[in-house]
Amino acid sequence: MDNERRVVSVIVINEASVLSRITDLFSARGYNIESLTVAPIPSSEYSRLTIVTSGESRVIEQITKQLHKLIPVLKVYEHTKLVEKEMALVKFTISTSLSDIEALSSSYNGKIVNANRDTVIVMVVDEPTRVSNFLSAIERFNPKEIVRSGSVALEQ
Amino acid sequence: MQLNGAQMVIEALKYEGVDTVFGYPGGAIMNVYDEIYKQDHFKHILTRHEQAAVHAAEGYAKVTGKVGVAMVTSGPGFTNAVTGLANAYMDSTPIVVISGQVPMSLIGTDAFQEIDAVGISRSCTKHNYLVTDASDLAHVLKEAFYLASSGRPGPVHVDIPKDVTAQLAEFEYPTSVSMQTYKPTTKGNARQIKKAIEAIAASKRPLLYLGGGIVNANASKSVREFAALTGIPAVETFMARGVMGASNPLLISMLGMHGSYAANMAMSETDLIIGLGARFDDRVTGKLSEFAKNAGVIHVDIDPASISKLVDATYPIVGDVALVTKEFLELAKEKIDSSKYEPWREMCEHFEQIHPLAYDDSSDTLKPQWVVERVGELLGKDANISTDVGQHQMWTAQYYPFDRPRQFISSGGLGTMGYGFPAALGVKRGDIERVSINITGDGSILMNIQELMTSVEQNLPVINIILNNHYLGMVRQWQTLFYDKRYAQTDLSVQPNFVKLVESFGGVGYDVSTKEEFDKALKDAVDADVVALINVTVERLENVLPMVPAGGSLFNMMLDDKDR
Ligand SMILES: Cc1cc2nc3c(=O)[nH]c(=O)nc-3n(C[C@H](O)[C@H](O)[C@H](O)COP(=O)(O)OP(=O)(O)OC[C@H]3O[C@@H](n4cnc5c(N)ncnc54)[C@H](O)[C@@H]3O)c2cc1C
Ligand SMILES: Cc1ncc(C[n+]2csc(CCOP(=O)(O)OP(=O)(O)O)c2C)c(N)n1
Repeated sequence: MDNERRVVSVIVINEASVLSRITDLFSARGYNIESLTVAPIPSSEYSRLTIVTSGESRVIEQITKQLHKLIPVLKVYEHTKLVEKEMALVKFTISTSLSDIEALSSSYNGKIVNANRDTVIVMVVDEPTRVSNFLSAIERFNPKEIVRSGSVALEQ
Repeated sequence: MQLNGAQMVIEALKYEGVDTVFGYPGGAIMNVYDEIYKQDHFKHILTRHEQAAVHAAEGYAKVTGKVGVAMVTSGPGFTNAVTGLANAYMDSTPIVVISGQVPMSLIGTDAFQEIDAVGISRSCTKHNYLVTDASDLAHVLKEAFYLASSGRPGPVHVDIPKDVTAQLAEFEYPTSVSMQTYKPTTKGNARQIKKAIEAIAASKRPLLYLGGGIVNANASKSVREFAALTGIPAVETFMARGVMGASNPLLISMLGMHGSYAANMAMSETDLIIGLGARFDDRVTGKLSEFAKNAGVIHVDIDPASISKLVDATYPIVGDVALVTKEFLELAKEKIDSSKYEPWREMCEHFEQIHPLAYDDSSDTLKPQWVVERVGELLGKDANISTDVGQHQMWTAQYYPFDRPRQFISSGGLGTMGYGFPAALGVKRGDIERVSINITGDGSILMNIQELMTSVEQNLPVINIILNNHYLGMVRQWQTLFYDKRYAQTDLSVQPNFVKLVESFGGVGYDVSTKEEFDKALKDAVDADVVALINVTVERLENVLPMVPAGGSLFNMMLDDKDR
C-alpha cells in the first residue's frame, strides 16, 4: 500500500489547548503532519483546521477516527474532491530582474505585493504542486527569503 | 447559590453520589481539603502515595462499575498520579482525578510545585480540563463524570488553580449533559446486525471472542444467553475473565500469549470471529499476518477507532455491546441452529483434551499454580481477586476459577507493577462483604508496600499472597528463554522479612512453604480481618506456559519447558 497524501479538515471548538490536543495526537501515534492551517470560523464558536498528512489507507482511517474521538472535535472531513490552495511569499533584492519575476509570478496567480528601496515581495496563491513549481522556477533569481503557508481546502 | 470553588467541588461530588475519595493533600489543593474536613457526605481515604490513590480509585471503579475519584495536589502530587491515569486509560476505567494547581497569576512562572499538569495528562486521559474560573466548575465536573463513564470509559483529569478554589461564584449543578461534540453511538446499525447474524448462521466454526467491553457494559448475562442459545464456543481475553463463568461448558479459556492451547487453536481454526468489546491487542493476536487467517470478523465496539485498527472487520458494528447482544439474541432465536456447530464444538473439545492447561505438581516445593488453584478452591466466588504484574498475574488469569465479571481486577494494558495492592484496597472499599485478595510477586509488592498503613488505618483488610520466587520472575523467564540465561538485574535473593514488615504496620504475616501451611495461613488471614502478607516460597524457575513468543503466530506455542 502506498503512502497517500491526504487533506483532512477538522472542525473544533475554539478553546484553549485544542491545537495541542491535535498535534499531540499526531506525534503520540506517529502520524505525519505535512502542513497545518488554523483559523476561527466567522461568527461561530468553532475553528477550522486543514491538515495535510500522508499514510496508508488504514492509517488515514485511524487518523480520522482518532481525531473524532477528541472531545472538542465536532467534525472531521477526509477530502476526496477538493479545491486546495496554498500561499507563498518570496522576497527578492530589487536588483533582480523585476520584469521576469513579475511575469513568472503572474502565471502562478501572483503579483508584487510590496516594494521598497531595497526589496520586493511577491505573493503567489495556487495549488500546492504549482506553488512548489513556482518556488523552483524562481530559484535562479536568488530569493532572499521564502515563506510558505499550509493548505486550505474545501470539498467541491 | 454563591459558593467558593472548593465548596463547589464538594457539592459536585455529593450530586454525583460519590461515597469515597482516595487522595493526598498539599498546598495547592488545601482549600478543597478544608471543605472535606467540614463535610460528611463522603469518606476520604488517605493513601500513602498518590499513585496508590489513583489505583485504589480504579479498583473501586472496576468492582462497583461506578466512577472512582482521586484527589491530589499540584506538582509532585500530580506527577505521582500519572501512572494511575495511564493505567486507567489503557484499561478504559472510569475515574475522575482532581488536582490542585498553582494560582492563575503564577501559572507559567515556574512557581513552586508548578507543572503543566494538563499538558502531561493529555495523552493519557480521555479528556482533561484546566479550570480558569469558578463559574465553570459545575459544568466541568458534570462533564467529567459523564465523560468518564459514558461511551468508552476512561480517566478524566480536572486541574484547579488554588485561587479558583477560593473564588466565589454562582453555583448550580446541571442535571444533564449535552455536548455538541460528544455523542457516543450506543445502538448498533440494524442492517449490520442482521448481516452479522446471517454470517453467523452461514458459518461452520464461529467463535465468540469476548473482551473487557462486556464487563464495562454489564452484558455478561446476555452474552452467556447468546452462547447458550447458539452453542457457539467462546474464548475470553485477560480483561474478560469471569464473563462466561469458569464452569461454563462453552468457555474454552483465555487466549493470547499465555492463553491455553485450545483457545489459541480455536482462534486459529475459526471461520468467523464474533468480537464483542475486545480490541485485538498484540498480546492476543500474536503475529497479525498469521492471525485467524481464514476467518471473517464481526466486531462490536463502542469506540469506532477500535474497529479495523489492527484486524479488518467484515461486519463492523459500532455500539454498546449490551444493546447489540440483546438484538443478536432476538434474531438468533429464529436464524441460528446450534446443532450445526456440533462438529466444531467437538473439535474445540479435542483441542482441550490433547493439551489441557496443566503443570507438574511437586511434593518438595510449592508450585505457584497450585497456590492459585488452592485459593480458588478455598474462596472461589466469595473473593475478589486483584493482581500485580508478572508471572503470578498470568497464573492467576489461567488457574483461578473466575465465576463472575468484576471479580478479577488487574492491570492489563499498561502492566503496572504496584497496581495490585492499592487496587485491592479500592476493591475492598467498593465491596466490603467479600474477601479482597491481591496475588502478587516479591518484586511488585514492594512497589506500593506503604499501603499497609492505609489498609490498617482504614480497616480495609487486604490479603496479599506473595508468590515468592526470589526473582523478577516474568523478566527472568524471558532471560531464560531469549537471553541465554543472562539474569541481568532480576535476582531478588536479598529480601525483607515480610512477616516483621507487615507486623510493624499492625497486620499479620505468614511464611509458608508447604500446602498445609498455606491452607492454615489463608484461613487464619481471612479470620484475622486485618491486612495480611502471606509470603509463599514457590519453585524459583517455574515458567508461565503455554507461551506464544512475542511476535510469533498464535498457533506456534511453547507448551512445556521441553519446547524451547
Ligand atoms: C504480562 C502480561 C501478559 C498478558 N498476556 C495476555 C494474554 O495472554 N492474553 C490476553 O488476552 N491478554 C493478555 N494481557 C493483557 C493485554 O495486554 C490487554 O490488556 C488485553 O488483551 C485487552 O483486553 P480486551 O481486548 O478485552 O480489551 P480492553 O482493554 O478491556 O478494551 C475493551 C474494548 O471494549 C470496548 N468497549 C468498552 N465499553 C464498551 C461497551 N459498552 N460496548 C462495546 N464495547 C465497549 C473498548 O472500546 C475497547 O475496545 C497481558 C498483560 C500483561 C501485563
Ligand atoms: C512499573 C513496572 N516496572 C517494570 C515492569 C517490567 N516487568 C514486568 S513483569 C516484571 C517482574 C515482576 O516480578 P514479580 O513482581 O516478582 O512477579 P513474578 O513475575 O515473579 O511473578 C517486571 C520487572 C513493569 N511491568 N512495571
